[in-house]
Amino acid sequence: MSEGSAAIVGGASSGDAGLALQLRGITKRFGAVVANRDIDLSVRCGTIHGIVGENGAGKSTLMSILYGFYQADEGDVLIGGKLADIRSSRDAIDAGIGMVHQHFMLVDTFSVLENVMLGAEQHALLDANAADARRELQRLEDEYGLSIELDALVGELPVGEQQRTEILKALYRHAEILILDEPTGVLTPQEADQLFRVLETLRERGVTVILITHKLREIIDITDTVSVLRMGEMVAHRDTADTSMGELAELMVGRPLESVNHLRPEDLPADTVLGIDVKRLQLSDADGTVRLADVDLSVRHGEILGVAGVAGNGQSELLEVLAGIRTPSAGHFVINGRDASADDLPDPSSMRALRVHHVPEDRLKLGLIKSFSAAESSVLGYHRAVNISWHGLLQLSTIKRICRDLMERFDVRPGDPSLRSGSFSGGNQQKLILARELDKSPEVLLVGQPTRGVDIGAIELIHQKLVDMRDAGCAILLVSVELDEIMALSDRIVVMYEGRIVGEVAGRDADKTELGLMMANAHEPT
Amino acid sequence: MKINTASVPLPAWLEVVVIPVLNIVLALVVAGFIMLAIGVDPIEATVIMVRGALGSDYAIGYTLYYTTNFIFTGLAVAVAFHASLFNIGGEGQAYIGGLGVTLVFLLLDRWLPAFMLIPIGIAAAALFGAAWAFIPGWLQAHRGSHVVITTIMFNFIAASLMVYLLVNVLIQPGQMSPESRQFDESAWLPFMHEFLALFGMDVTRTPLNLSLLLALVCCVGVWLYIWRTRWGYELRTAGQSEAAAVYAGIRPKTVIVSAMCVSGALAGLMAVNEIMGVHHRLIMNFTAGYGFTGIAVALMGRNHPIGIVMASLLFGVLYQGGAELAFDVPLITREMVVAVQGLIILFSGALALMLRPWVVRVWLLFRPPDTLEPAHA
Repeated sequence: MSEGSAAIVGGASSGDAGLALQLRGITKRFGAVVANRDIDLSVRCGTIHGIVGENGAGKSTLMSILYGFYQADEGDVLIGGKLADIRSSRDAIDAGIGMVHQHFMLVDTFSVLENVMLGAEQHALLDANAADARRELQRLEDEYGLSIELDALVGELPVGEQQRTEILKALYRHAEILILDEPTGVLTPQEADQLFRVLETLRERGVTVILITHKLREIIDITDTVSVLRMGEMVAHRDTADTSMGELAELMVGRPLESVNHLRPEDLPADTVLGIDVKRLQLSDADGTVRLADVDLSVRHGEILGVAGVAGNGQSELLEVLAGIRTPSAGHFVINGRDASADDLPDPSSMRALRVHHVPEDRLKLGLIKSFSAAESSVLGYHRAVNISWHGLLQLSTIKRICRDLMERFDVRPGDPSLRSGSFSGGNQQKLILARELDKSPEVLLVGQPTRGVDIGAIELIHQKLVDMRDAGCAILLVSVELDEIMALSDRIVVMYEGRIVGEVAGRDADKTELGLMMANAHEPT
Repeated sequence: MKINTASVPLPAWLEVVVIPVLNIVLALVVAGFIMLAIGVDPIEATVIMVRGALGSDYAIGYTLYYTTNFIFTGLAVAVAFHASLFNIGGEGQAYIGGLGVTLVFLLLDRWLPAFMLIPIGIAAAALFGAAWAFIPGWLQAHRGSHVVITTIMFNFIAASLMVYLLVNVLIQPGQMSPESRQFDESAWLPFMHEFLALFGMDVTRTPLNLSLLLALVCCVGVWLYIWRTRWGYELRTAGQSEAAAVYAGIRPKTVIVSAMCVSGALAGLMAVNEIMGVHHRLIMNFTAGYGFTGIAVALMGRNHPIGIVMASLLFGVLYQGGAELAFDVPLITREMVVAVQGLIILFSGALALMLRPWVVRVWLLFRPPDTLEPAHA
C-alpha cells in the first residue's frame, strides 16, 4: 500500500466529504504484466471526470476493478468517503456504481422495460414488477430528461437509444456514480451531442459521471476534471479548464506530437486511371435485408477515397465485396482493370494476384489468427507463395525472416516473430497486418478501420504509411467510423447510410457538421 | 489476492508434464479410495496392475499392442480437432477400414506377394476409413449437418452394415460364426516377436505387430502435416477462424472435407493392427471401443502427436494392467477397471485445468523475480 501518496488529486477538492470516489494506491497485475500501478484518483460528487489513455494504458482494468470484475492486488477503493470492498458487480451496484459498457449488455428481443427490470426484479410475478418499474422509470425519464419508449424492442432501437436504455438501467439501480466506457464510439456526432446533454442533466441532478474515452475533443467539451493514464500509471490530473487537447495528447503518448495535413496538395489529372470503379452494386442477405443498394463509386490511382458512416451502414459489406470475400447480388465493378460481378468474382487469392490488397476491419477475426505465432500470421493469405511453402512444406526460417523484416520496418513491438499473435497489443497487431499487406506494394488497397483501438503514436505511423502508398500511385479505399481520420486522409469523401451513398464531398471542403448530418441522413441536399 | 490465473503463461514443463502427472495421481488416489471401500489394498492393486502391464516382455507386448490402436484413433481425433471438427466416428471409420482390408485381401491374397499385399492392405484401410468420414465431412461442409451427430450415426450404420455383410456375404460357406475366411499368410503383417527374432532377439509371443511402427510413422506424418505443411496451415487457419480463412483465400469447405478424410484414414489404419496384424480375418466388433477411447487419448495428449503417444501408452497400461488386475483379484471386476479408466479420463480430460490455478500460484511464488517486469504496451 502507499498511504503516503494518497494525496488529494483530481482538481481542487474541498475535502473528503465531497468526494464521490477515491482510489488509493491501486495496483493490479496480470501475471508479469502490471496493468495498473499505484493509481490514485479522486472524483468529486456531481462532476464529470474524464479518464483518457491509449489502448492498453489500463483504463479498462481500472474500471473493471471499480465494477468488481477484478480485485485490485493492492490499494483501497473509497466510495462516498467509506472504504468499499467490491468483489462482484452486485457489490458495485449496491455501492451505487453503474456502468455503461462499450458493447451494450442488452437483450435485443426484450423491451426497454424488460431490459431495465432484468436482474432487479422485486416480486416473484413479472406483472407486479413491470407496474412498479414502469412507474419508477417514468419518474426517472422525467427527472433526467431521458425520453425513450419503454415498450419498444431494444433490438429495433437506434444505438443512441440503446445506450440511453443502459443509462436508465443504471439509474434504476440507484447509481450515483455512472461509468461510461468509450460511449461515443458507435454514435453519430449528433447522437453524441444528445448523450452529452443527458450527461449534463445527470451532473445537475448530482450524479457523478466518469467518462472513459480516447477522444480528446469530448474531454474538452464536457468534463470538469480529467486524469491521464499512460502504461498503467496515472501521469496527470487536470482541471479541464486549465488544459488543452495538445497537452492531453502529449501526456497520453509521453512525447510531443506534430500535426500533419495529409491531403494531396494538387488535383490529380482528370484522365488518371481508375483503380476501383463500382457500378450499381447491390448486396442482400439471405433473409432479404439490403446491405448495399445501388452503390456507385470510383477511386483513382493516387487517391484516397474515404467512406464515412456510422458503423453498420454497409461499409463493411462494401469492403468485403471488393475484396472478393462476399458475392454481390447484382451490379459489377472493375478493380485494377479486372471486371468482376456476381457471376465472375475473383476470390481473395485472385485479388491478391491482381495486386488488390485488403486490410480488414476486424483484425482479430480476419486479419490474423490469435493462436498463431506472429510469423505464421505474417504470411496469412500468402502462404501458397513458393518461397513460403515450397512443394507444400512451410519454409519456417524464411517465414521468420519475412516477419522480422516486416516488424522492423513497421516498428512492431516486441519484435519477436515467435510470440503469439494474440499477445500483441491492438496497435502492434494492426501494424503487423498493414506491414503484411503494404509490403506487397498494392496497386489497389482496401482498408477498414486502420486505427481502431490503436495508440496515438501508432496512428501517426499508420497514416503516414497510407499516404506514402497513395503518393506511390496506389488507389486506396478507406473505411473508417472516425470522422477525424477520414477528414485527415481522404482526397474525396463519400458518406454511406443504410447501404447507399448519400453524399460526396471533396476532402479539402469537408465540414464535420455537414458530414455528421449526412451520416444521420438528416442532410438536406442542396 | 485474486488473480486471473488463466492468463498467466506457465513454462512448458509445468504445462505438459507436471499438471498431467498431478491429474493422473489425483485420479489414482480417488481410485484408491474406491478400492479401499470394496476391501482391496490399493497399493497391492497398483503393484499388480503395473506389473501386469510392464512387468515382463509378455506384458509389455500386450500393452504396446493396445497402445498402437490408441495412437491411430487418437491421431484421428486430433487432426479433426485442429480443424475445429469433433470426429467421434473413429469407431465406425476403423470398422469400415477393416472392411477395406478384408475386401482387397479376399480378392488378391492368393495372387500377389507379401511386399505388394501389405501396402495395398494399408492403403485400403486408410481409403475406406477416409471414405466413411468423407460423407459426414461433406454433409458438414455443404449442408451444415453437424459432424458430431453424423459421425455418431455413421458408427451405428457401420456396425449394422458390418453385421449384414458378415452374416450374409463375407461369412465362410458352411460356417456358423460370422467372420470371413482367414487371409493367406502372405497378407499377414509380421508379429513383433517374429520380426525381432530376425535380429536374434527372443521375445514372448504377443499380438504386438509391426503396425506399431506404422503408428509411429503416422505420428511424425501428422506432426509434419499439421505444423509443417501448407495444408496443415490452412487446416489450422480454418479451424481457428473461418472468416480469416476466407480472407486468406482458403476454402473452409474444402478444409472440412479434407480434414475429415485424413482423420478417417488414420482411424481406418487401426484395422491394420487388428485385422492385418492380429486376427488375419474380418471379425465382428474388432474395434471394441478403441475409436471412442481415442477421443480421451487426443484430449489428454493435447492433440499433439507426442502427447498422444504418451496418453496411448498410459491407456495401454490401463487396459493391459486392468485386465491382469481383474484376473488376479477376484473382488475387482472388469467394470471396476473401467471405472478406474473413467476416473483417469475424468481427471485428465474434463477436469484437466482444475489444478492449474494452484500450480500457477505456487509457480508465481517461486519464479525468478526478473519476469515481473511489465510486458510491452
